[in-house]
Amino acid sequence: MGVGILVEDLNAWYGSTHTLQDINLHIPANHATALIGPSGCGKSTFVRCLNRMHETNPIARATGVVKMGDVDIYREASPVEIRRRVGMVFQRPNPFPTMSIYDNVISGLKLNGFRNRRVLDETVERSLRQAALWEEVKDDLKKKSGASLSGGQQQRMCIARALAVDPEVLLMDEPASALDPVSTSKIEDLIFQLKSQYTIVIVTHNMQQAARVAENTGFFLNGKLVEFDSTHKIFTNPRDKRTEDYITGRFG
Amino acid sequence: MSTKPIEIQPLGEPRKPSRVNVARRRAADHLVSGLAILATLVVLAPLVAILFYLVYKGASSLNVAFFTRIPAPVGEEGGGMANAIAGSGIILVLASLMGIPIGIAAGVYLSEFGNGRFLGNAIRFTADVLNGVPSIVMGIAIYSLVVKPQHHYSAFAGGIALAIMMIPTVTRTTEEMLATVPHAIREAALGLGVPKWRTAVSISLRTASPGIITGCMLAFARVAGETAPLLFTAFGNQFWSFKLNEPIAALPLQIFVYAISPYDEWHRLAWAGALVLIALIMVSVTLVRIFANRGMLKGGS
Amino acid sequence: MRAVRPAPSSAEQSTSLAAESPSVVRNFLNSRGSGRLADASFATLMLICASTIFLIVLFIFWILIHNSHLSLVAFGWKFFTREAWDPVSGDFGALPFIYGTLMTSLLALAMAVPLALGVAIFLTELCPRPLRAPISFLSELLAAIPSVVYGLWAVFVLVPLMRDTIGPFLAKTLGWTGFFEGPNFGVGLLTASIILAIMILPIISSLTRDIMTAVPNSQREAVLALGATRWEMIRIGVLRNSRIGIVGAVMLGLGRALGETMAVTMVIGNHPDISKSLFAPGYTLASVIANEFSEATGDLYYSALIEIGLALFLVTIVVNAIARLMVWAVTRGAPSRVS
Repeated sequence: MGVGILVEDLNAWYGSTHTLQDINLHIPANHATALIGPSGCGKSTFVRCLNRMHETNPIARATGVVKMGDVDIYREASPVEIRRRVGMVFQRPNPFPTMSIYDNVISGLKLNGFRNRRVLDETVERSLRQAALWEEVKDDLKKKSGASLSGGQQQRMCIARALAVDPEVLLMDEPASALDPVSTSKIEDLIFQLKSQYTIVIVTHNMQQAARVAENTGFFLNGKLVEFDSTHKIFTNPRDKRTEDYITGRFG
Repeated sequence: MSTKPIEIQPLGEPRKPSRVNVARRRAADHLVSGLAILATLVVLAPLVAILFYLVYKGASSLNVAFFTRIPAPVGEEGGGMANAIAGSGIILVLASLMGIPIGIAAGVYLSEFGNGRFLGNAIRFTADVLNGVPSIVMGIAIYSLVVKPQHHYSAFAGGIALAIMMIPTVTRTTEEMLATVPHAIREAALGLGVPKWRTAVSISLRTASPGIITGCMLAFARVAGETAPLLFTAFGNQFWSFKLNEPIAALPLQIFVYAISPYDEWHRLAWAGALVLIALIMVSVTLVRIFANRGMLKGGS
Repeated sequence: MRAVRPAPSSAEQSTSLAAESPSVVRNFLNSRGSGRLADASFATLMLICASTIFLIVLFIFWILIHNSHLSLVAFGWKFFTREAWDPVSGDFGALPFIYGTLMTSLLALAMAVPLALGVAIFLTELCPRPLRAPISFLSELLAAIPSVVYGLWAVFVLVPLMRDTIGPFLAKTLGWTGFFEGPNFGVGLLTASIILAIMILPIISSLTRDIMTAVPNSQREAVLALGATRWEMIRIGVLRNSRIGIVGAVMLGLGRALGETMAVTMVIGNHPDISKSLFAPGYTLASVIANEFSEATGDLYYSALIEIGLALFLVTIVVNAIARLMVWAVTRGAPSRVS
């Protein structure tokens, strides 16, 4: 169900800082693609450009072409339309504090005006099963607040929330960075299972994580995409010296 | 060139004044602490005195008639302020209906749209300044706008005057409460493709709603005791009135009229009215305090 | 719209549910519009509401000028320097009211500021922790008492007290200064100043407390580390760092005192006289409006009263604007509390 993403000459700025410079790459459909690099290298900015979240900051702007399937998202669609097709999971779990688990999961549908109760019920179950959270919460879906879950459960609920809108692309911005090892491994299992149905782009500072879940890996440094290749190639035989330095832990 | 006077003096002399100096500094320290405590006691004294007098004078005058009867003519015993209580209620509902939505919307603009922009800062500043405009000025401005062209005082005019006084408070509290909503929650909604207006209403406002509601109650409590803006708008009325385009009684107005009257019976009623007014205001302020202490947001990261 | 769509893999059991629903949800979401119109209208609506705050201030200004036109033309600037106030012959000047307003406000400040500073120092630096919350709660209650209730209390408690106890005492001890001469009826400038002081105290002290709390602890520690006593720490580490903000808080109190109406009207005596004695009855800008506005017969009389309102409006706006800027300069970053 996923679509491929084609990025051409993408440049992005925060104020006067040039955070992304001339990015070109093709992210294949229904695969997991990892983006690695030291902090501040622009990988987070890059994924935020893929669903136009970048521009929610008033001082930020971006130029270039991003094609999702055959839609040029910067010219042929509004930010709202794009974000509805793309699910996003953030660094820290960000449940809506006033909503129950049930309402949290289907918030993307309800807030966009979807009202069919039967489909909503089905969607909650499907998304929570996909996020491997169903068994843990099925008894107090409407009783418990989304904020009352543990951190790892909250993050899986946020993944379920992103899956509930049946997205074509799933963007994950360091989804496990705030979690404990057990929750992290659960989330990695999840990505592994989901990647056959969705195009997944995952930002991570953890190279083992990239090696475990992703078919392709891109290495960012100082706002530039240094190298993009199959994960196996990147981790065993990188073309660029800087990539080799990074993955062997010589810096960053 | 003997070194004697030089060597002995620095060792001996600076010590003596320093001992005096330390004593003086200590004394100053104690003096100031004492003065600060004294000041606090002096400040709290009138409050205690006012509250004591209110309860002492007011409670003895409160009875069922106060809440059920309208004012008795001069010289007659009894009578109450039922019409003034109802009138205050009507004016306050009118003021809230006009002032609270505008105030909240302005707060939403300041927090969600105007942040960091010149226009936002200018409006925030104007709101603070408007908060300081004397209420009597508000009264004569509304008189000139509404009452003078219509040739009669009205409950509606009173409502407008109080609404204008509510707006700055509601705006600033709404803005402050929205600022406590974590940015990550807004991002979560925007990331789901929820339009910005829907995010502002269903996520930001809803998350901040306990704080905003208490802010509105605070504004409500503040204007509930306002007298000056009602003098030339609602004007007051000795009888029942439920019409919006006629003069209407209000509790603070009635207290004022009775307080400066020469009759003991009316003074008694003024105290009772003040007690009721204060009770109303204190209950809301206390509620606000409780909510504020408990923290507005249950969750959020 | 979509690229090549591979059939969902049957390996995952969870896809059994996913297989049928995607189209419903996805079709629905794809059919929703861009929301641009709704977003733009919402932003515009919020902007309009926010702009009403501007409009209200402009409108008050305009309507006051418009309605005081007669008096502005008749007396010009001299209106503010003339002592006459004669509704019968139509001769108006605002000097007695300006005198009464300034006199009562400044006296009130003179009484309130030292006390408010003391309270703020006590609350931020000296007060035992468990007492802090109840005392600041009490001072918030003090700020929430309506003006008319202060007036009521003043009429029945403060006025007799002034007439029978404090007044005679002041006349005996300080009578030689000339400020406490003449008959003392209990009502007058001094009584009005005292009730004003009581009313503005909570405002000044709670703002000052906020400003002093905003001084970082490192400043206090730096001074203490030099061997300073607590008072020196407060003076050098706290007061010196927050003086602009404190001046701002005092000016906010002044703004409130200048415009205060009901309590003052009830105890000032309401007589347009300029007298050195603080026992003498006076009149303020706000109280003359409160007392005479509804019986103002004749356009010039009405217009003169509106002009007094205009003067009050402009003065309080300027005082408040300066005060806000000063308070903002200090508490910048920390959102200012609703005062």
